[in-house]
Amino acid sequence: MADVDRIPIIKMGEFLLVSIQVDMHDRLAMTLQDDLTASVVKHRARGVLIDISSLEIVDSFIGRTLANIAAMSRVLDAETVVVGMRPAVAITLVELGMSLSGVRTALTVERAMEMLRASVGETVHQGRAHAAHPE
Amino acid sequence: MPLIRSDKLPVASDADVVTVRQRVRALAVESGFSLVDQTKIVTAASELARNTVVHGGGGTAEIEMLVEGGRRGLRLTFRDHGPGIADVEAAMRNGFTTGGGLGLGLGGARRLSNEFDIQSRPGEGTVVRITRWR
Repeated sequence: MADVDRIPIIKMGEFLLVSIQVDMHDRLAMTLQDDLTASVVKHRARGVLIDISSLEIVDSFIGRTLANIAAMSRVLDAETVVVGMRPAVAITLVELGMSLSGVRTALTVERAMEMLRASVGETVHQGRAHAAHPE
Repeated sequence: MPLIRSDKLPVASDADVVTVRQRVRALAVESGFSLVDQTKIVTAASELARNTVVHGGGGTAEIEMLVEGGRRGLRLTFRDHGPGIADVEAAMRNGFTTGGGLGLGLGGARRLSNEFDIQSRPGEGTVVRITRWR
């Protein structure tokens, strides 16, 4: 597999999209965590979508990275949805002892986008959307 | 127990952990493991290889393809000459960690394997061996 030192983050409106296409070593996962957190602030993103449909395993380190990204984004007023976990990965992850309880998941990108739009819609409705980010 | 083939890889860096995963995957496929069993043994290998790097200061991974009766299996042995583990029983428990991780590595690897064995002595290093049968 190609040796990459960064996973690209795509901005789409108020959301950030990431598709993990490589077998991540630990440092690459840490870099993604740092880059995404910085991007949420830089772009004032309201949602983060992480596609893991190419990942053949999620071990405790990658699982913890996903949980950290979700927790950090939440603190920064953005929702995270993890998309496309393979069934064998889900079975293994639970047996390993991780339930990813703080991470929202979806089976398809379409469903994940609906979830993100819905969560942004709710917060706009509650009137705390853009007031949190004064120019 | 007849050994079909054996591979030994260095485990000293993040990149080596990825190489071990890929090699274990290839041999699990060759052994005819189901997708779920492949995923379990590769995930267990990833946890143990990371332990070798982070806690053992580097070491080796031996991957052996076995056949016993009609069944095939993979046996993985991770060896380091690091500080060793003073209380192996405590280290097996979920949530026990000295490396800043989640403490799922050893216990998780045991749950993902059919056979599990650990030998460790303070100052002498650690050997963890797991086997998964098809």
